[in-house]
Amino acid sequence: MTGGRLADAVAGVRLWFAPERLREEGDTPDYRFSLANERTFLAWLRTAMALVGGGFAVDQFLPDTGRALRLALALTLLAGGAVCALRAINHWIRCERAMRRGEDLPVSRFPVMLGLAVGVVALLMVIVVAVGWGG
Amino acid sequence: MTEPVRDPGLQPERTRLAWRRTTLACAVAASLAGRQTLHAGGGPLPVLALSLVVLSWLAFVAVAHHRVRHLHAPRPPLLTPRAAVAAVSCVMGAAVCGAAMLR
Repeated sequence: MTGGRLADAVAGVRLWFAPERLREEGDTPDYRFSLANERTFLAWLRTAMALVGGGFAVDQFLPDTGRALRLALALTLLAGGAVCALRAINHWIRCERAMRRGEDLPVSRFPVMLGLAVGVVALLMVIVVAVGWGG
Repeated sequence: MTEPVRDPGLQPERTRLAWRRTTLACAVAASLAGRQTLHAGGGPLPVLALSLVVLSWLAFVAVAHHRVRHLHAPRPPLLTPRAAVAAVSCVMGAAVCGAAMLR
Protein backbone atom coordinates (compact mmCIF):
# COMPACT_ATOMS: atom_id res chain seq x y z
CA MET A 1 0.00 0.00 0.00
CA THR A 2 2.66 2.47 1.10
CA GLY A 3 5.01 1.31 -1.67
CA GLY A 4 2.26 1.79 -4.26
CA ARG A 5 1.56 5.30 -3.05
CA LEU A 6 5.26 6.16 -3.08
CA ALA A 7 5.59 4.88 -6.64
CA ASP A 8 2.54 6.95 -7.61
CA ALA A 9 4.08 10.02 -6.02
CA VAL A 10 7.37 9.51 -7.87
CA ALA A 11 5.51 9.01 -11.17
CA GLY A 12 3.57 12.19 -10.43
CA VAL A 13 6.73 14.23 -9.81
CA ARG A 14 8.26 12.91 -13.06
CA LEU A 15 5.18 14.17 -14.85
CA TRP A 16 5.79 17.72 -13.57
CA PHE A 17 8.92 17.91 -15.66
CA ALA A 18 7.72 16.01 -18.73
CA PRO A 19 4.72 17.90 -20.07
CA GLU A 20 4.63 15.90 -23.27
CA ARG A 21 3.93 12.70 -21.29
CA LEU A 22 0.74 14.25 -19.94
CA ARG A 23 -0.52 14.70 -23.51
CA GLU A 24 0.25 11.10 -24.48
CA GLU A 25 -2.50 9.75 -22.28
CA GLY A 26 -6.21 9.71 -23.05
CA ASP A 27 -8.10 12.50 -24.79
CA THR A 28 -7.77 16.24 -24.42
CA PRO A 29 -10.64 17.37 -22.18
CA ASP A 30 -12.83 20.39 -22.92
CA TYR A 31 -10.55 23.41 -22.52
CA ARG A 32 -12.99 24.91 -20.04
CA PHE A 33 -12.41 22.04 -17.62
CA SER A 34 -8.66 22.52 -17.92
CA LEU A 35 -9.05 26.24 -17.23
CA ALA A 36 -11.19 25.49 -14.16
CA ASN A 37 -8.45 23.13 -12.98
CA GLU A 38 -5.88 25.88 -13.57
CA ARG A 39 -7.93 28.33 -11.49
CA THR A 40 -8.13 25.79 -8.67
CA PHE A 41 -4.35 25.44 -8.86
CA LEU A 42 -4.00 29.23 -8.60
CA ALA A 43 -6.42 29.36 -5.67
CA TRP A 44 -4.21 26.85 -3.84
CA LEU A 45 -1.14 28.95 -4.67
CA ARG A 46 -2.89 31.97 -3.16
CA THR A 47 -3.63 29.90 -0.06
CA ALA A 48 0.07 29.01 0.08
CA MET A 49 1.03 32.69 -0.29
CA ALA A 50 -1.43 33.64 2.47
CA LEU A 51 0.22 31.11 4.81
CA VAL A 52 3.68 32.48 3.95
CA GLY A 53 2.41 36.03 4.58
CA GLY A 54 0.91 34.80 7.86
CA GLY A 55 4.33 33.49 8.85
CA PHE A 56 5.82 36.97 8.35
CA ALA A 57 2.89 38.56 10.17
CA VAL A 58 3.33 36.35 13.26
CA ASP A 59 6.96 37.36 13.52
CA GLN A 60 6.15 41.05 13.10
CA PHE A 61 2.89 41.51 14.96
CA LEU A 62 3.37 39.33 18.05
CA PRO A 63 6.40 41.12 19.52
CA ASP A 64 5.54 40.37 23.15
CA THR A 65 5.60 36.62 22.61
CA GLY A 66 8.56 34.48 23.61
CA ARG A 67 11.04 33.91 20.81
CA ALA A 68 10.68 30.11 20.75
CA LEU A 69 6.89 30.18 20.48
CA ARG A 70 6.93 32.96 17.89
CA LEU A 71 9.52 31.15 15.77
CA ALA A 72 7.58 27.88 16.05
CA LEU A 73 4.36 29.53 14.88
CA ALA A 74 6.07 31.43 12.05
CA LEU A 75 7.97 28.35 10.84
CA THR A 76 4.80 26.23 10.98
CA LEU A 77 3.00 28.74 8.77
CA LEU A 78 5.93 29.05 6.33
CA ALA A 79 6.25 25.26 6.10
CA GLY A 80 2.49 25.03 5.62
CA GLY A 81 2.77 27.45 2.71
CA ALA A 82 5.52 25.39 1.09
CA VAL A 83 3.54 22.15 1.50
CA CYS A 84 0.43 23.86 0.11
CA ALA A 85 2.33 24.98 -3.00
CA LEU A 86 3.68 21.48 -3.61
CA ARG A 87 0.24 20.01 -3.11
CA ALA A 88 -1.21 22.57 -5.54
CA ILE A 89 0.87 21.34 -8.45
CA ASN A 90 0.51 17.69 -7.52
CA HIS A 91 -3.27 17.97 -7.38
CA TRP A 92 -3.37 19.95 -10.62
CA ILE A 93 -1.41 17.23 -12.46
CA ARG A 94 -3.52 14.45 -10.99
CA CYS A 95 -6.79 16.18 -11.92
CA GLU A 96 -5.55 16.89 -15.43
CA ARG A 97 -4.53 13.25 -15.87
CA ALA A 98 -7.83 11.96 -14.45
CA MET A 99 -9.76 14.20 -16.89
CA ARG A 100 -7.70 12.91 -19.81
CA ARG A 101 -8.30 9.31 -18.80
CA GLY A 102 -11.99 9.92 -18.10
CA GLU A 103 -11.57 8.80 -14.49
CA ASP A 104 -13.11 10.30 -11.37
CA LEU A 105 -11.24 13.31 -10.00
CA PRO A 106 -8.84 12.36 -7.19
CA VAL A 107 -10.16 12.78 -3.68
CA SER A 108 -7.87 14.04 -0.98
CA ARG A 109 -7.64 14.38 2.77
CA PHE A 110 -5.47 17.49 2.39
CA PRO A 111 -8.18 20.20 2.71
CA VAL A 112 -9.41 18.69 6.00
CA MET A 113 -5.87 18.39 7.38
CA LEU A 114 -5.06 21.97 6.34
CA GLY A 115 -8.30 23.23 7.87
CA LEU A 116 -7.56 21.48 11.16
CA ALA A 117 -3.96 22.71 11.21
CA VAL A 118 -4.97 26.33 10.51
CA GLY A 119 -7.64 26.03 13.20
CA VAL A 120 -5.11 24.82 15.78
CA VAL A 121 -2.61 27.58 14.87
CA ALA A 122 -5.36 30.22 15.03
CA LEU A 123 -6.55 28.98 18.43
CA LEU A 124 -2.98 29.00 19.71
CA MET A 125 -2.57 32.61 18.56
CA VAL A 126 -5.81 33.68 20.24
CA ILE A 127 -4.55 32.13 23.49
CA VAL A 128 -1.12 33.74 23.05
CA VAL A 129 -2.66 37.18 22.52
CA ALA A 130 -5.48 36.91 25.10
CA VAL A 131 -3.63 35.19 27.93
CA GLY A 132 -0.21 36.60 27.14
CA TRP A 133 1.53 33.23 27.16
CA GLY A 134 5.24 33.11 26.55
CA GLY A 135 5.50 36.88 27.20
CA MET B 1 -14.39 40.69 -40.19
CA THR B 2 -15.90 37.98 -37.95
CA GLU B 3 -15.39 38.08 -34.22
CA PRO B 4 -13.92 34.88 -32.78
CA VAL B 5 -16.43 32.68 -30.95
CA ARG B 6 -16.67 33.85 -27.39
CA ASP B 7 -17.11 31.48 -24.47
CA PRO B 8 -20.29 32.66 -22.71
CA GLY B 9 -18.81 31.48 -19.41
CA LEU B 10 -15.81 33.83 -19.91
CA GLN B 11 -13.47 31.03 -18.82
CA PRO B 12 -10.28 32.52 -20.31
CA GLU B 13 -11.07 35.90 -18.77
CA ARG B 14 -11.75 34.37 -15.35
CA THR B 15 -8.50 32.47 -15.56
CA ARG B 16 -6.64 35.67 -16.49
CA LEU B 17 -8.10 37.39 -13.46
CA ALA B 18 -7.12 34.42 -11.28
CA TRP B 19 -3.50 34.91 -12.43
CA ARG B 20 -3.77 38.62 -11.61
CA ARG B 21 -5.15 37.89 -8.15
CA THR B 22 -2.38 35.44 -7.48
CA THR B 23 0.26 37.95 -8.61
CA LEU B 24 -1.30 40.45 -6.21
CA ALA B 25 -1.20 37.92 -3.35
CA CYS B 26 2.50 37.38 -4.10
CA ALA B 27 3.03 41.16 -4.02
CA VAL B 28 1.40 41.36 -0.58
CA ALA B 29 3.66 38.58 0.73
CA ALA B 30 6.70 40.30 -0.83
CA SER B 31 5.86 43.62 0.85
CA LEU B 32 5.44 41.82 4.18
CA ALA B 33 8.90 40.38 3.53
CA GLY B 34 10.18 43.93 2.98
CA ARG B 35 8.66 45.02 6.29
CA GLN B 36 10.24 41.94 7.89
CA THR B 37 13.70 43.10 6.76
CA LEU B 38 13.15 46.49 8.40
CA HIS B 39 11.80 44.74 11.47
CA ALA B 40 14.87 42.50 11.69
CA GLY B 41 17.03 45.64 11.55
CA GLY B 42 18.95 44.95 8.34
CA GLY B 43 22.00 42.68 8.28
CA PRO B 44 23.34 40.79 5.27
CA LEU B 45 21.17 37.66 5.58
CA PRO B 46 17.74 39.37 5.74
CA VAL B 47 18.72 41.72 2.89
CA LEU B 48 19.90 38.79 0.75
CA ALA B 49 16.70 36.87 1.57
CA LEU B 50 14.60 39.93 0.69
CA SER B 51 16.34 40.29 -2.69
CA LEU B 52 15.58 36.63 -3.41
CA VAL B 53 11.91 37.13 -2.43
CA VAL B 54 11.69 40.16 -4.75
CA LEU B 55 13.37 38.15 -7.54
CA SER B 56 10.91 35.28 -7.10
CA TRP B 57 8.03 37.78 -7.23
CA LEU B 58 9.43 39.20 -10.49
CA ALA B 59 9.73 35.66 -11.83
CA PHE B 60 6.10 35.04 -10.91
CA VAL B 61 5.08 38.24 -12.69
CA ALA B 62 6.92 36.98 -15.79
CA VAL B 63 5.24 33.55 -15.68
CA ALA B 64 1.81 35.14 -15.12
CA HIS B 65 2.34 37.63 -17.94
CA HIS B 66 3.38 34.85 -20.33
CA ARG B 67 0.32 32.78 -19.41
CA VAL B 68 -2.09 35.74 -19.60
CA ARG B 69 -0.88 36.46 -23.14
CA HIS B 70 -1.80 32.91 -24.17
CA LEU B 71 -5.19 33.26 -22.47
CA HIS B 72 -6.23 35.94 -24.96
CA ALA B 73 -6.94 33.20 -27.50
CA PRO B 74 -10.61 32.16 -27.70
CA ARG B 75 -9.54 28.56 -27.03
CA PRO B 76 -6.39 28.87 -24.97
CA PRO B 77 -3.82 26.08 -24.78
CA LEU B 78 -3.29 24.05 -21.62
CA LEU B 79 -1.09 25.53 -18.91
CA THR B 80 2.27 23.82 -19.34
CA PRO B 81 3.60 21.86 -16.36
CA ARG B 82 6.82 23.86 -16.79
CA ALA B 83 4.98 27.13 -16.09
CA ALA B 84 3.18 25.50 -13.16
CA VAL B 85 6.50 24.29 -11.71
CA ALA B 86 7.96 27.80 -12.17
CA ALA B 87 4.99 29.40 -10.37
CA VAL B 88 5.22 26.89 -7.50
CA SER B 89 9.00 27.44 -7.26
CA CYS B 90 8.40 31.17 -6.74
CA VAL B 91 6.08 30.47 -3.81
CA MET B 92 8.50 27.89 -2.36
CA GLY B 93 11.35 30.37 -2.75
CA ALA B 94 9.42 33.00 -0.79
CA ALA B 95 8.71 30.46 1.98
CA VAL B 96 12.36 29.36 2.27
CA CYS B 97 13.68 32.94 2.20
CA GLY B 98 11.04 33.85 4.77
CA ALA B 99 12.43 31.24 7.14
CA ALA B 100 15.88 32.83 6.75
CA MET B 101 14.45 36.25 7.69
CA LEU B 102 12.87 35.35 11.01
CA ARG B 103 14.48 36.88 14.05
